[in-house]
Amino acid sequence: MGWFRNILNPKSHQSASVAKNRLQMVLSHDRFNISPQLIEEIKDDIIAIFVDRFSIDADAVEIHITRTPTESRLVAEIPILTPSRHRIARRAKRN
Amino acid sequence: MSARVITVSSGKGGVGKTTVTANLATALAMAGKKVVAIDCDIGLRNLDLIMGLENRIVYDLVDIVEGRCRLRQAMIRDKRHPELHLIPAAQTRDKSAVTPDDMVRVCDDLKNRVDYVFLDCPAGIEGGFRNAIEPAHQVIVVTNPEVSSVRDADRIIGIIEAKEKGPGQLIINRLKPDMISRGDMFSIDDILDILAIELIGIIPEDDNIVVSANKGVPVVMDKNESLAKMAFRNIAQRLDGNPVPFQDLTKKKNLLKRFRAWASRGK
Repeated sequence: MGWFRNILNPKSHQSASVAKNRLQMVLSHDRFNISPQLIEEIKDDIIAIFVDRFSIDADAVEIHITRTPTESRLVAEIPILTPSRHRIARRAKRN
Repeated sequence: MSARVITVSSGKGGVGKTTVTANLATALAMAGKKVVAIDCDIGLRNLDLIMGLENRIVYDLVDIVEGRCRLRQAMIRDKRHPELHLIPAAQTRDKSAVTPDDMVRVCDDLKNRVDYVFLDCPAGIEGGFRNAIEPAHQVIVVTNPEVSSVRDADRIIGIIEAKEKGPGQLIINRLKPDMISRGDMFSIDDILDILAIELIGIIPEDDNIVVSANKGVPVVMDKNESLAKMAFRNIAQRLDGNPVPFQDLTKKKNLLKRFRAWASRGK
């Protein structure tokens, strides 16, 4: 049934979206001299800051650079686990 | 009269800078403007060939800069359009023969003679590119919808912003609507997301471009209409201050593609 899924959701095998992700990684390095390794280090540091204070989803921490014509910013997304154990369990199942 | 100096750049080679320069210069001349196109790729000139003027070169840009001829003598008049001129690059010298200040002087001398000066950059970000950027009022960045040329375009955009020549305007060349609808080529929006500059033109891949290069007749001069010809004419109009709408290059969607678009909407 793979072919049918591909027809309904071609995004999963589109090379253009792969290219876009790869290019955005490379460009954050080119533009700001931020290497993928540095991003990983920052991510580890952020996790270290939060891990004893909140219960965060360490595996889902994401760091990326957004850019508009007027500004660029480093954005960290840190999912917090606390409020509903129930919901987390459901998400874990879905993933 | 005060000429507008427009530099055509890309970073990466082979994305279509020279074709874009030749066609925009020709289209504006056909619309009655006085235009000079200058080939800044010293040592690797090609604009003469694309414009079909390769047999008429006597003097070149380096001859002007080094005082061997007057500006007027190096301007080759295109007999098909009396208001279109080419200043060719020297073929036997290298980029260090001309400095950014020389380019500013040449463009200054042209200022009162023409409406538009087009500067065709060489590939790369070294001397020849810096020469072509220095006198620019406006910088066009040409890219193709593929990773390496978009990456290089990003680098060029960074440099022109640092030199306060920005923000630059984007031409996306060699677009293949079929590949985009299959998801195998960057869409216009993907590229604009990444580069975040103003779009001034979209040129579809078109066999007529190769034919026109073969003949030395820019595609805007073709008797027959083609998508590329229309795209170049539209860009020329936009440069000249008429905001013409963009062509829809993806019109011929079949039922399956429409269904796919519907099925993946909002994702």
